[in-house]
Amino acid sequence: SVQAHKEEDNPQKTMEVNGLMPVPDSYDYDLIIIGGGSGGLAAAKEAAKYGKKVMVMDFVTPTPQGNSWGLGGTCVNVGCIPKKLMHQAALLGQTLQDSRKFGWEFTEEVKHNWMTMTESIQNYIGSLNWGYRVALRDKKVTYENAYGEFVGPHTVKATNKKGTEKLYTAERFIIATGERPRYLGIPGDKEYCISSDDLFSLPYCPGKTLVVGASYVALECAGFLAGLGLDVTVMVRSILLRGFDQDMANRIGEYMKEHGVHFIRKFVPIKVEQVGEGTPGLLKVTAKSTTGNQIIEGEYNTVLLAIGRNPCTRKIGLDKVGVNINETTGKIPVNDEEQTNVPYIYAVGDILQDKLELTPVAIQAGKLLVQRLYAGSTTKCDYVNVPTTVFTPLEYGACGYSEETAVEKFGEENIEVYHSYFWPLEWTVPSRDNNKCYAKIICNIQDNERVIGFHVLGPNAGEVTQGFAAAIKCGLTKKQLDSTIGIHPVCAEV
Amino acid sequence: GKNEYDLLVIGGGSGGLACAKEAAQFGRKVAVLDYVEPSPRGTTWGIGGTCVNVGCIPKKLMHQAALLGGALKDAQHYGWNISQPVHHTWSVMAQGVQNYVKSLNWGHRMQLQEKKVKYFNIKGSFSDPHTVRGLTKAGKETVVTADNIVIATGGRPKYPNQVAGAREYGITSDDLFWLKESPGKTLPVFILYISLECAGFLTGIGLDTTVMMRSVPLRGFDQASHMSKKNQICFTTQQQMASLVTNHMESYGTKFLKRCLPTKVEKLESNRLQVTWKNADLDTEETDSFNTVMWAVGRAPDTKSLNLETVGVKTNSETGKIIVDANEATSVPHIYAVGDITEGRPELTTTAIAAGKLLAQRLFGQSSELMDYDNVPTTIFTPLEYGCVGLSEEAAVQRHGSDNIEVYHAYYKPLEFTVAERDATDCYIKMVCLREREQRMLGLHFIGPNAGEVIQGFALGIKCGATYSQIMKTVGIHPTCAEEVTKLRITKRSGLDATVTGC
Repeated sequence: SVQAHKEEDNPQKTMEVNGLMPVPDSYDYDLIIIGGGSGGLAAAKEAAKYGKKVMVMDFVTPTPQGNSWGLGGTCVNVGCIPKKLMHQAALLGQTLQDSRKFGWEFTEEVKHNWMTMTESIQNYIGSLNWGYRVALRDKKVTYENAYGEFVGPHTVKATNKKGTEKLYTAERFIIATGERPRYLGIPGDKEYCISSDDLFSLPYCPGKTLVVGASYVALECAGFLAGLGLDVTVMVRSILLRGFDQDMANRIGEYMKEHGVHFIRKFVPIKVEQVGEGTPGLLKVTAKSTTGNQIIEGEYNTVLLAIGRNPCTRKIGLDKVGVNINETTGKIPVNDEEQTNVPYIYAVGDILQDKLELTPVAIQAGKLLVQRLYAGSTTKCDYVNVPTTVFTPLEYGACGYSEETAVEKFGEENIEVYHSYFWPLEWTVPSRDNNKCYAKIICNIQDNERVIGFHVLGPNAGEVTQGFAAAIKCGLTKKQLDSTIGIHPVCAEV
Repeated sequence: GKNEYDLLVIGGGSGGLACAKEAAQFGRKVAVLDYVEPSPRGTTWGIGGTCVNVGCIPKKLMHQAALLGGALKDAQHYGWNISQPVHHTWSVMAQGVQNYVKSLNWGHRMQLQEKKVKYFNIKGSFSDPHTVRGLTKAGKETVVTADNIVIATGGRPKYPNQVAGAREYGITSDDLFWLKESPGKTLPVFILYISLECAGFLTGIGLDTTVMMRSVPLRGFDQASHMSKKNQICFTTQQQMASLVTNHMESYGTKFLKRCLPTKVEKLESNRLQVTWKNADLDTEETDSFNTVMWAVGRAPDTKSLNLETVGVKTNSETGKIIVDANEATSVPHIYAVGDITEGRPELTTTAIAAGKLLAQRLFGQSSELMDYDNVPTTIFTPLEYGCVGLSEEAAVQRHGSDNIEVYHAYYKPLEFTVAERDATDCYIKMVCLREREQRMLGLHFIGPNAGEVIQGFALGIKCGATYSQIMKTVGIHPTCAEEVTKLRITKRSGLDATVTGC
């Protein structure tokens, strides 16, 4: 049974003050999961299948702009889902243009209404939040909308919105608290700038926007904002899409430039000031060059910061239970069974050190972890050759090594890169960019020309890449690829 | 040698051109004959064959036009202020499509020229095993001799000759893509998937379309004798998949007249066509009028005019198709055949191209690689697309027994359908595997948007002997439709609800 302790009459609390926390003899729960996102919920639902007593604690600390959201984590609320839907809205803008060439008639200039789109998307997200609540309830997983932090061995404190505190104990814990957008630490950033945490529910059209950053978040957001008809500028400190194949990254940038996105390269903002109030208001951004002393200024309705994300690991009491974190990055190192240095505490998702920050990875890791804990499985999460897709205006799907990393690991003479441009059939009639879509595979000559990297730039890149990822997992070689017949006419046959 | 050319290819379509260009790469002297006998309607076209002119290419473009109509409706939900309904003008689309096709004709001519392949626009027929003669359109006779000859003349749509008025008043896919004016209220009469695809895009651009079919969709494939049981395209006999596809079409406005057989077509004073048919279920005769009747009741090779008997090339007596071995060789030495004209092969551009290329490599490039016709992936571009690779469920059961196979399946909802409030009830995935141990994947079937893009990579997987467990170990890409393949957990055997719920 759950034991709720009031602060005043709690002997354990008193002992905590003295720094001595006893290990409980029996636990309230088999498993407590801190964080109700992709990884956390997947683990919770799986554990419930094995009849375990599970609790999920989820809490969203409001953004500096005061924004918050429901159960489901980043992906559902301020990540993959709204991002892809806004990307779709932007793509539809392009298809409206194409459709005229295919015989559809409409004379009026088509405009986009931000509120209509955002409302539809938020409604859908709301239904997902609700769906998760119901799913947890049906599986008899206890859900607490409260901020969880460790206070001692096997014990966490949950603080809800009203400030009420409760203590819970569990045999095991999974930390799945994810990340939040980083701020620049310059004057005006928290007061006037927004992040992806705010963008998807912004109650007014962002207008002329400056996106600071060159991560996939920055480029995806800049991409769809431009596609919706807004004036967008991206300020990049150095390179685009760090960590991704740079040849592909540059092609993405070129495409965006050709399609109306402005880029300011090698500058960082040093100050943001408000010039005019409103929704949106008018902001003045001062930026300094990274290569000299040049200072520039610009005015924008909205400044969107997308310079990286920080793991939520600093304020959850990890020191109280001795869980090590990387002091610089805040990420948690785990072994190949997602176990931290404290045997009964595990971690999954974006907070893990040296693992990909992807929803499906977190889900897979969470599920498999629980199956190992409670169902006698020995299967570990396979982090190798995880495919991913960046939903920029020209989508980029990838699996395996980038060209640079392959050269580094195997040596240039030992790899062969096969590549091709292609023109999607659907782009021919509306005369859309010829020779922009591109695909390449990287093969290891010494290992039977095994395909070790796959990269495609074109429409529906995610749909195309998924199957190739499966094939790569099966050890696909160039010969097998050559002997496979294409489906005609689709992009994937390239 | 005494023959003018090392290689003569009769037929400038997918297979023929691929073979010719590949042979030219080896420095060989190559000639291509291409000729389009005008359709009964008088439609004709340039070099490139069926795919480029009256097949895959214009079909997919018109399919895209229809999809864009759907996108226009979705766009409102995503915030675009476009007032409905939006009207479609056939001639604008047709011109765009036809211009592109013509650019491809031009491109092929250029490529042949660059590769120094001689092109003759003549209709050839054999006079001896190394000699082909033919007449140009102007009536001039040309004779061509070659060491090796490849027949790649493809097929043309059949007419149901037992239906009075079929040839005079009906059109086929040969004509549809070249119509300058809208076909209006259309009745595609159906056995092949071609009819479903056409009906699909015609409905999508706003035309009143009814599909008439003799029995259940795609069951007709078994009876269409151009498909041998051994090398069936994965979607033949796929009853379940066929009904999902047609359900979707019905909910979007295509009308179906099932188990009906047309008996006659007459022209009315208004220039409309009156069609009379027998309704097998009700055992009655019914009638209705249409602007256009399109026959899609099968395709047949045009081998008669080739004069094959003169040289002894054996054909299948029922289908008229040329019998070839694994080398693409006919019964006559030095005469080969590739593409739709060959017996027992899938009728796909991609297999024709691959076979043509490999043949050229074997003839001139010291290769011994044979064409692998197994596990050829394909896609039907109906409004809700159906892509597949490998065995159908029925074929797997037939081959291994239902106890030895496991079928994983799921009904899923594409993310983009949510905000657009589109119906996703027919979006479905099915993986057919062997039941034992690793559970090797035998077939994958996907109904949904961009089905071709989804299936292609998994076709590679099948070629690598992918197993169910390997697919499950592959992490999904989120959010896509394809990731649902990596999340298949429910088996048909379990009888559990296969609807995907949430993330």
